[in-house]
Amino acid sequence: MPDLHKKLKEKFPDKAIEIHNHRGDETAVIERGALVEAAQFLKTDPEFDFNVLMDLTAVDGLELKWTPRFEVVYHFYSFAKNHRLRIKVRICEKDAALPTLTGLWPAADWFEREVWDMFGIRFEGHPNLKRILMYEEFSGHPLRKDYPYNKRQPLIGPKN
Amino acid sequence: MNTGSFTSKLDAMIGWARKFSIFQYPFVTACCGMEYMATACSHYDVDRFGAGLPRFSPRQSDVLFVVGTISHKIAPVLKQIYDQMADPKWVVAFGVCTCTGGFYDNYATVQGIDTIIPVDVYIPGCPPRPENVLDGLIKLQEKIQKQKQE
Repeated sequence: MPDLHKKLKEKFPDKAIEIHNHRGDETAVIERGALVEAAQFLKTDPEFDFNVLMDLTAVDGLELKWTPRFEVVYHFYSFAKNHRLRIKVRICEKDAALPTLTGLWPAADWFEREVWDMFGIRFEGHPNLKRILMYEEFSGHPLRKDYPYNKRQPLIGPKN
Repeated sequence: MNTGSFTSKLDAMIGWARKFSIFQYPFVTACCGMEYMATACSHYDVDRFGAGLPRFSPRQSDVLFVVGTISHKIAPVLKQIYDQMADPKWVVAFGVCTCTGGFYDNYATVQGIDTIIPVDVYIPGCPPRPENVLDGLIKLQEKIQKQKQE
């Protein structure tokens, strides 16, 4: 394995807060301010060459008592090198926002809208940040752990 | 014309005609659609019951088959389709999601389409087997036969 997470740590010794490798799944936790810089590097550097953003999602650590509460997870893949790397960014509830990566990977567009819709995390600079799965009338963000599991917001019909 | 028997016989005749000319509108949103297709095709052949001709315009159809999970987002569309159908009309809830919401007891899913539109026949199952669908269809035919024809 190419040990990409270690190389990233060497490149950004201050910005990569922690790294780990669980059975070949390499992960680096990046400081939120350095996300765009690191992403730019991961995409353009010939050794990393991450031309695909496979997935972008978030985790709510409310019940696990995480501080900060949220983790946004990016999965990158390189077609040419056939390797992968997972990047995590931790953000708090009060300022739940990150810069968008739509400029680097257009695939980020809908992923970021989904994370906004489900978790209420804003992506600054996104060209069209509106709900993608739920309807506009929906209030709240259903995958947040403090969204009541039995809360219903039907457009028509009784609340059931 | 001076006795009640004539109209009841007319009702029975119209009912007989209607139950064997079910023009369905398949409102298919999820995996139950596969089972609907299996029922419609030649192995099970709903055409034996006069229901072999789906219409893809609500204005030309008699029975609304709601096949698959209905989310709150699509619920107004389903209601509009139902409103566009001309009388007489019937609704079949196909599969457990349409009957009760099934195991989708969550923020996104309508907990039974009878909270939005009236339902005549419920076909449970996840998904229902074609025999189950045919049983539901026969029950609908009995209902059409017996009801007062308008």
